Amino acid sequence: MRVGLFVTCFNDTLYPQVGRATVTVLERLGVTVDFPAAQTCCGQMHFNSGYRPECIPLVRHFAEVFGGYDAVVTPSASCAAMVRHYHHMVDPAVTVPKVYELCEFLIDVLEVTDVGAHFPYPVAFHPTCHSQRLLHIGDRPQRLLAAVDGLELRPLAHPQECCGFGGTFSVKNPDTSSAMGADKTADIKATGAQVLTSADTSCLMHIGGLLSRQGVPVRVMHLAEILASVKGGSR
Amino acid sequence: MTHPTFLGMPPFPIAAKEALANTQQRANLARATTTIREKRLRTITELPDWEHLRAAGAAIKDDVLARLPELLEQLEERVTAAGGVVHWAADAAQANAIVADITKAHDAREVVKVKSMATQEIELNNALAEHGIDVWETDLAELIVQLGHDLPSHILVPAIHRNRSEIRDIFVREMGKVGRPAPEGISDTPAELAEAARLHLREKFLRATVAISGGNFAIAESGTVVVLESEGNGRMCLTLPNVLVTVLGIEKLLPTWADLEVFLQLLPRSSTAERMNPYTSLWTGVTPGDGPQEFHLILLDNGRSDTLADPTGRQALRCIRCSACLNVCPVYERTGGKAYGSAYPGPIGAILTPQLRGINQHPVDEQTSSLPFASSLCGACFEACPVRIDIPDVLLHLRAKVVEHKRGHLGTEGVVMAAAYRTFAKPGRLRAAQKLGALGAKVVGRRGRLRLRGPFWISAWFGTRDLVAPPAESFRTWWRRHRR
Repeated sequence: MRVGLFVTCFNDTLYPQVGRATVTVLERLGVTVDFPAAQTCCGQMHFNSGYRPECIPLVRHFAEVFGGYDAVVTPSASCAAMVRHYHHMVDPAVTVPKVYELCEFLIDVLEVTDVGAHFPYPVAFHPTCHSQRLLHIGDRPQRLLAAVDGLELRPLAHPQECCGFGGTFSVKNPDTSSAMGADKTADIKATGAQVLTSADTSCLMHIGGLLSRQGVPVRVMHLAEILASVKGGSR
Repeated sequence: MTHPTFLGMPPFPIAAKEALANTQQRANLARATTTIREKRLRTITELPDWEHLRAAGAAIKDDVLARLPELLEQLEERVTAAGGVVHWAADAAQANAIVADITKAHDAREVVKVKSMATQEIELNNALAEHGIDVWETDLAELIVQLGHDLPSHILVPAIHRNRSEIRDIFVREMGKVGRPAPEGISDTPAELAEAARLHLREKFLRATVAISGGNFAIAESGTVVVLESEGNGRMCLTLPNVLVTVLGIEKLLPTWADLEVFLQLLPRSSTAERMNPYTSLWTGVTPGDGPQEFHLILLDNGRSDTLADPTGRQALRCIRCSACLNVCPVYERTGGKAYGSAYPGPIGAILTPQLRGINQHPVDEQTSSLPFASSLCGACFEACPVRIDIPDVLLHLRAKVVEHKRGHLGTEGVVMAAAYRTFAKPGRLRAAQKLGALGAKVVGRRGRLRLRGPFWISAWFGTRDLVAPPAESFRTWWRRHRR
């Protein structure tokens, strides 16, 4: 099986450790991963902000870059949702590559829940809106986390509540976005977790940015980073 | 009596900022929406066929929308045959003028009103006030809004932003100015407040000669109009006065009585989270010697035909005004309804108001064009909608309309989006931008964290949030060094 990694422009540029962790996990499970360097962006920011004509070349470029792979794996639920739900809407003529969010690929394709990770910390998990309501990944992330050696899952009181990021919503409606985020960080603090994780770096950027400004000592990490952690390895 | 208006309200982000500062309102809203959210979930999960009901509701409404001209003519024919008079109103001004003419023809200086979204949409109360006609809202929450010289903030519970002690103060201060005063020494217990409203309204019910209502449904095959309500005030208005005027959006039709069965399950469970609403009134034209002896049905377009012409946007016309989407919306929960600057707040308002105001055809004002962006696209609204309106999809569609109309005048946002597009168009450019970012972070970053000041989106982000500094090495650079 030819597996292509769609790291996403966001992780590529700001959170390369998420991409490296994704490669680590997949290779540990015996998957040979390819990173086609021609990849750029799935078009989500432009699409969600109303800039549809700009999306057309991005959607076509995505199909060209990933067209030859049996599976495309991405550590971003919202980018996976963009490709799966909206690429055909942007260009009905395009053949949309088969994209899996990382948790889906691990559980549905590789049929693995224990990826051999070790992470001895209390962790809160935020199920992002697009992972739940567009991709319907359900409890796959929690199943993967539950199998991590040493990890203690601390449930949020209101997990299904949106964190308020919403892409450009976060800057077009900053006050509402921050008000939603403040309720989310209060929920996170109350769990006593040391780490907050999710399947979307973008939501974590918003929540992590709020936590950092509030001086709350909770670290945000993408799920892939936790799954990549092993005993004796550096966190 | 004067009434406030939604006209001239600021764009959503500005109105929201103001609303967010009102901590009392935020507490009231959070308590109310959380309660009804949990109650609704219990009420729908007890039905084994809820998803089938949603699908049936959507299918019936889509069928109505596809056959609207034919069904409207059938309704007109049946209502007329049953002794009613049918009027057609292309817009708010026409509808208001028809109501004013009917009222004046009966020398009525006041009317009683059943809670209705269509009459809020056309701001009928303001229009009748210009003719010197007093309109008395008889729904408890609408009464609170009216007496408070306030605007509604919720489709079902227009005074959801008020708590008990605020309501008591409004009753004590205002009731005496327009009728029977609130009883001496009234407390803020629900029973005492309800009794004060009952006594105050009873005089108006018994005196009124003209009533105005909306309608939840109109059944084309028989010409029957349907109103669902909880308090009985509707039943009083619909049966006591001699003249009844109903303003009905043209999308409110159902082909047959059998179709009504689906909606009598969907609507109460989605709106008040009840298995069945307390009062369901149905009437067909006039019945000699029983109830109103003169019935006028005003069929209101006011942007609905234009909405119907849009293949993606038309699903908004399935809406049955239950307000489930408001109650689950994280944005609405925090800003309240008035920030949406329209009778229709929340997620449904964000897709319905712009379309009724014509966003599909032409550019609209800044307030209206801000509405499709008043959402984090979390999707909770679609999940809750009893007629499966894909609100996020319609929001995205309308955002594209806004940008399309604004091309050439997109300002700083347009520059940012164009720069991002050019960067993403070629991998080499993305790599160059990443190197530039790493360089910049070396200059201004502190311990891997950015706190910037700047214009536009920079200040919007950094007002409450830090940002991780761009790393020294992007993923693609790392991959090239280690893997090739």
